[in-house]
Amino acid sequence: MDVELLEIRQHMGRFPPFDGLSDDLLDAIAEQVEVSYFKTGSHILVLNEMLEELCYIRSGAVEVYRSQGELYNRLGEGDIFGHFSLLRNHKVRFPAQAIEDTLIYFIPKAVFQRLCEEDDHFADFVELERPRLETAAEQQKKSNEMMVTRIRKLLTRYPVMVEASTSLQLAAQQMSEAQASALLVLKEGSDNPRYSFKDSEGQAWQMCGILTDHDFRTRVVAEGLSSQTPVSEVVSSRLITIQSDASVYEAMLTMLRSNVHHLPVLYRQRPVGVVHLSDIIRYETHSGLYLVTNIFNQPSIQGLARLAPDVRAAFVRMVQEDANSQMVGSALSTIGRSFTRRLLEMAEEELGPPPVPYCFMVNGSMARNEQSIVTDQDNALILSDDFDPEQHDDYFYALAKIVSDGLDACGYTYCKGDVMATNSQWRQPLSVWKGYFLDWMANPTPERLLHSSIFFDLDSCYGEDIYVEILQDLIAQTAPQSPLFLAAMARNALNRTPPLGFFRTFVMEQDGKHNNSINLKRRGTAPMVDLVRIHALACGSKAQNSFQRLNDISKTQLLANGMSDKLSYAFEFLCMSRVRHHMIDLQEDRLPDNNIEPENVADSERHTLKDAFQVLSNAQKFLKYRYPMPAQRSGR
Amino acid sequence: MYGIRPRQKITQTDWAGYMAQRARRAGSQAIQQFYDTPLPDPETPISEVPMVALDMETTGLDERRHAIVSIGIVPFTLHRIKLAERRYWVVNPSRPLDEASITYHHITHSEIAQAPDLEAILDELLVQLAGHLVVVHFRNIERPFLDAAVKARRGEGVLFPMIDTMSLEARLHRQTLWARFRRWLGRPPVSIRLHASRERYGLPAYQGHHALVDALATAELLQAQIATHYRPDTPLKDIWC
Repeated sequence: MDVELLEIRQHMGRFPPFDGLSDDLLDAIAEQVEVSYFKTGSHILVLNEMLEELCYIRSGAVEVYRSQGELYNRLGEGDIFGHFSLLRNHKVRFPAQAIEDTLIYFIPKAVFQRLCEEDDHFADFVELERPRLETAAEQQKKSNEMMVTRIRKLLTRYPVMVEASTSLQLAAQQMSEAQASALLVLKEGSDNPRYSFKDSEGQAWQMCGILTDHDFRTRVVAEGLSSQTPVSEVVSSRLITIQSDASVYEAMLTMLRSNVHHLPVLYRQRPVGVVHLSDIIRYETHSGLYLVTNIFNQPSIQGLARLAPDVRAAFVRMVQEDANSQMVGSALSTIGRSFTRRLLEMAEEELGPPPVPYCFMVNGSMARNEQSIVTDQDNALILSDDFDPEQHDDYFYALAKIVSDGLDACGYTYCKGDVMATNSQWRQPLSVWKGYFLDWMANPTPERLLHSSIFFDLDSCYGEDIYVEILQDLIAQTAPQSPLFLAAMARNALNRTPPLGFFRTFVMEQDGKHNNSINLKRRGTAPMVDLVRIHALACGSKAQNSFQRLNDISKTQLLANGMSDKLSYAFEFLCMSRVRHHMIDLQEDRLPDNNIEPENVADSERHTLKDAFQVLSNAQKFLKYRYPMPAQRSGR
Repeated sequence: MYGIRPRQKITQTDWAGYMAQRARRAGSQAIQQFYDTPLPDPETPISEVPMVALDMETTGLDERRHAIVSIGIVPFTLHRIKLAERRYWVVNPSRPLDEASITYHHITHSEIAQAPDLEAILDELLVQLAGHLVVVHFRNIERPFLDAAVKARRGEGVLFPMIDTMSLEARLHRQTLWARFRRWLGRPPVSIRLHASRERYGLPAYQGHHALVDALATAELLQAQIATHYRPDTPLKDIWC
């Protein structure tokens, strides 16, 4: 290597995508660069001129514009531009102008092409937004075992299965012989297609339930049943199953959500095994499982509050082990729900059984299973229509108060918008809730919806799940037919926009202004959630999780092909960035917040974040076209 | 620039005539070819002039006692500096190298021991320079050293017009009314050395004292000077000397 070129290659070697290049390739670039100086204000690339080189900023600053003249990006030392045009027809699509006195190194096309061919990382970097986001998102996914290991890997034998007419005694004997802690109960026929299958002789069977050691204790012995009773009489009809190709992680979450310890594993409709919680614990010892078990074992609110550091520790561990945002989000939501459930159990112990049935509803991030470590509480009570305020409201207010105060003590701060069951407006019977939702959708104004959009992320946490399901059905039926509602929601979703990107140690806004830091929730994840929610409402999806919503949206014609994938990758990256910055805050003993400072953003993260902001910004612009405000009737 | 002896000032009003005359009288073929290759007309806009940035590292500042150690050249135009066409030679000065200059240029005894005499590369150098306007930072090193070294080997020297980025800086910072006023006030003069001059145009700091890096740095500086204080159609005669 010529020493005189050291200057150039050392400089390039500090910046992506050159930082990952081999020395040989770096030398090849330094050998071939051409150099030119551009005075402030002079044009470096002019629209539609032929471009034969990649531009590298050695010093100074450059603004890149869209063909309509709108600011696309502001770049500084070590940044590149011109690659979009080089990858296409070699005509300049994004003109560039020096905004400071600038020295550019031009890398000839032939060298650029060689770099793309010989270095995958370089090729990924210079491709358009999607591949980079996709790669970033997929790398995170691949690196996590639990996410990719399928539950069937944990199965060691076929399930013990008996016919419904088998006596309890015979069933118990079979379990003992097989040393199994659960058996599956089958009956002939196929009236429940979800669980029907044919055996090797062509006989049609269907699974009608599961019987566990625990059931033998509570439902057989404790009830004093005869050992000759057929199993069909005690079998639990609440059947929660999982497909054999689901991940270990999904299996774990299913158990936690449904609070079951055994999970029949199906290949299509055929049972192929039963996993027990301990199988998963054995597989993945560092999980949030211990924590959740611990939550349910706490006798007091003080005990629960003492678990807060454990939640943070579990979070840090998860992030360090390269969990992706969905894992982190659902694990934290599961933990949050567990706190809530335990508090409700405590409240019922203290206040006695509820006078009428109720459902404790969670909203916002907990409903979407996208909770982060920095979170407040959003919840409400849906009461039975038998609710009589005179008689019953004292009970439910007290219940809500215990839960709300308890959550606050455990680190889930009170909701600033007062979206809590302690607010009498949000402690109402089902019929009133139906009325709320119908009214929001029938008579929407952006102002009214500003504070109620949070209710359109809703899930049951405890009690009568069916109440929330009824509301979810109502929304899914009504929203797609309510253009005014969608338009008002869309208008609100545009209140918060992403920045354009970063420039040196600043956050750069769309209009080119600088800020010192950025709230990644307000400017990234939250607008993305808003946007996804609107499309989900428009297509009648009942999913609450943004990724699942995007999945539902992708099956419709609402968005251009591939757009929902792009949004998924962008969302994943925004969430992970936020999660990583929370972790850094925790590790450095700071109170985690949603602000990130550009100087703490690594170079490669900057580029990917910029891409994610871009995807979001484009999707927001599309929202305006897709859900226009129906024309106002004018006087003329 | 303490330590440089005062020299006869070379001012040519008619470089073309001078070059034609030298071509007629040249003894060496290489030198004849060099002078036979026409230079751009003095009226040519600077944006159309083919140039070559030249820098030398020497064992000292006096061409009678010191010698050339390395030469770097980079062809360029106002539009582009062609780094791929760069050339760099280390040559044997045939004169003792003092330790101070070794640390200064990072060129060692062994490198020099293996290097050829300037004679061996001279023809090649002259071919590279022919037809280009040579650009240096501080012509009072490159011009006399090259002239003396060629004269010692071929019996005739080489003189040709140059653009001197340092003298362009001097015009701006040493010869204006404002500069004289500053001097009258007793303020230190603005530095017109290569590094300091580049800094004023926002050019990056390069590791100096390598003939090729300095040649590149000089080419960039000229681009910056023209972009800032002149125009692409400024005629060559306003800039060269």
